Amino acid sequence: MDAVLLARIQFALTVGYHFIFVPISIGVAMMVVLSERRYYRSGIPADKAASNFWIKLFTATFAIGVATGITMEFAFGTNWAEYSRFVGNIFGAPLAAEGLVAFFLESTFLGILLFGRKRVSKRFYYISAWLVWIGSLLSALWILIANSWMQTPAGYEIKDGKAVLTSFWAAALNPSIGPRYFHTVAAALLTGCFVVAGVCAYYMLKKRHVQFARQAMLWAASVGLVLAIAMPFLGHWGALVVAEYQPIKMAAFENIGDTQTNAPLYLFGWVNSDGETTGISIPSGLSLMLGLSPDHEVTGLNSVAPEDRPPVQLTFQSYHLMIALGFLFILVFLVAIFLHWRKRLENARWFLWVLMACIPLSIIAINMGWMAAEVGRQPWVVQGLMRTTDGVSPLVSAGQIWTTIGLFVLVYLVLFIAWLRIFLGIIKKGPEDTAEMLEAEKAGAEPITPETTGPAPAGAGR
Amino acid sequence: MTLANIWFALVAVLLTVYVILDGFDLGAGVLYPFLARSEDDKSVIRASIGPVWDGNEVWLLTGAGAIFAAFPMVYAMTFSGFYLAIMLVLFGLILRAVSLEFRHRDNSWKAVWDGTFFIGSLVPSLLVGVALGNVIRGVPMDPQGNYIGTFWDLLNPYSLLVGVTGLFLLVQHGAAWVSIKADGALHDRAWSYRKVTFWICAVLAVATSLATIFTVSRASDNVFGSVVGWLFLAVFLIGVLYTIWQMYKGGELQSFVGSAIIIIGLAGIAAVGNFPDMVPARGTPPATSLTVERAASEDLTLTVMLILAVIFVPVVLIYTALIYKTFWGKTKAGDADY
Repeated sequence: MDAVLLARIQFALTVGYHFIFVPISIGVAMMVVLSERRYYRSGIPADKAASNFWIKLFTATFAIGVATGITMEFAFGTNWAEYSRFVGNIFGAPLAAEGLVAFFLESTFLGILLFGRKRVSKRFYYISAWLVWIGSLLSALWILIANSWMQTPAGYEIKDGKAVLTSFWAAALNPSIGPRYFHTVAAALLTGCFVVAGVCAYYMLKKRHVQFARQAMLWAASVGLVLAIAMPFLGHWGALVVAEYQPIKMAAFENIGDTQTNAPLYLFGWVNSDGETTGISIPSGLSLMLGLSPDHEVTGLNSVAPEDRPPVQLTFQSYHLMIALGFLFILVFLVAIFLHWRKRLENARWFLWVLMACIPLSIIAINMGWMAAEVGRQPWVVQGLMRTTDGVSPLVSAGQIWTTIGLFVLVYLVLFIAWLRIFLGIIKKGPEDTAEMLEAEKAGAEPITPETTGPAPAGAGR
Repeated sequence: MTLANIWFALVAVLLTVYVILDGFDLGAGVLYPFLARSEDDKSVIRASIGPVWDGNEVWLLTGAGAIFAAFPMVYAMTFSGFYLAIMLVLFGLILRAVSLEFRHRDNSWKAVWDGTFFIGSLVPSLLVGVALGNVIRGVPMDPQGNYIGTFWDLLNPYSLLVGVTGLFLLVQHGAAWVSIKADGALHDRAWSYRKVTFWICAVLAVATSLATIFTVSRASDNVFGSVVGWLFLAVFLIGVLYTIWQMYKGGELQSFVGSAIIIIGLAGIAAVGNFPDMVPARGTPPATSLTVERAASEDLTLTVMLILAVIFVPVVLIYTALIYKTFWGKTKAGDADY
């Protein structure tokens, strides 16, 4: 395999892996804020235990998200040197800003969440939870500004073979940033809702921590339902922008060959070797969706040369899988709210299993969305300006990339196993027993935690 | 003073703050297996850096982002040219970040996370210095600004010397930090390590200085030939004398401050030594050097970034100070319970 393909494989692997943990962190951080808010107002030990529990799940995931995020920042320089030289004037600034405005905020106040319970006031602690969450949302904003500029470049001119900035605001507020930011963040929060709901479902199945689970489940299901319903609208907004600025990507989403009116909208399908789609479609659906009229003309793949078209099957399938899962999620949360309302949720064992299965499904959905967006942009790394093949580091050899791919696979696999063990371990242990906490607080001591009761002295670490 | 020069100075400041702040927690990580004799000791060392190390590391990410934005050619050349070295640093940082959190949650893999914490601290502490050595010494580049040497060329004696010197600089810095934060026997061990590693570092620094004067005279000429160079030499010497004085007077915090002054002096000397190059060419025509002006982004980018930096760096410094104040004082085993 050549170095270009290997560099792409490495980037896809490492960013896909990173994007498992990021949505969970952003989503569970919302839960941390909600539960800490509850404790801040009530002061009840049970609420403190609940908040501590979400903080543990959050920090275990945040740690691996941070670690694998460094890879992404380094990767532009190591594997994509030509790209870095071409876009550095524009693309580097949001990355630096992400560090300055977002990473500092989340990392610094994470220290308070981890170590500050006994040292700072309840109010300071509560504010810290907010700041960590806000930091993660700002981080998403800056990285999506950078990525959206690759999709819909704006505020630039080409000078001596480089893209240079002509307007910061035009570049930052490029045409696709709005829909892409809100769509991605809503998806991340939705993923968080599924993690919370899935964990609660587990406790309901096991008849443990039921009180705790009821409370958190109600939050997750109501926030999740709102987000799930908002998602098709946000997605539609994004689709309109894609159709306007990246028509070939839109054509690949639905495999539209010739430019046509009455373009169909597929519910699902398969792109055959002759380029035709077999599947179930809504006739004229795409024309209606994009132009509110069956006569709306949709640009087809054949309007550009074959070397300017993305791989259609992968784009088509990832896009449709994302949408199918999105509609499933609306249904799941509707059922959850309905069962909760009829007070049958805790005994609907089959449905609790469905909720648990939705944790991996929501992560798959958000990754499919990312894949559709990135693969659909190909063969461009910056839409219309630079081809992916022209962006790689010219002198980094295939052998070097093979070596690091091997290391990434090894290290990331071990880390995944470790993270999963720890994540499941925290869930198995559950929130602290509040009866014990009450006694400890009465005795004037700090609540007993599992860490202090073991034979070994308290573990430290962050 | 052009915008590009301001950004050269700002990048130097960002990276200097990084070395001062993340330097002590990296140093503490390297000393971890040597200083800790019990679970309590380990717990204290980890808890002493626990609330702050993550924020400290962000200075590196911001510094790298600033180089990407302000000097894309330098970012592209160093990261792709020093490919395997950068990747090893990356794996070190990943393992370290994860092991600090996972160690706390995961009793059965304790030994693994202890090991990765040490390795993850050691590798970046050493290799960042080796990279800096190469940047001072110069590297061969093609006209497009690609590194055209091999991985093994990077491991030349001069750069390795800078790397080892840097490692001991961080280790003595970390030992000073643990002395401030620890009590009892752990404190006493850290304090004696602090003195020993300081003197090892001093000997290495003398060797590095001589090696620079005799083999990289461009850098030393730049330093001796400018007022700013002499200024940083003075800062460096003041730092050294102050540290030695406080080390034998028992001023833990003061000796830590002394070590920070030394780092400021050394970073300033390195920056002046390279200016106006960011990465000088070695073995290829001088026109292939990545000078500050050649590597810099356009003025609009630099202006926007400067506005961001002027607003947000002070804000970051304020809340960082707040966190250090919150966790001021001796760390106890068990401080990490939450």
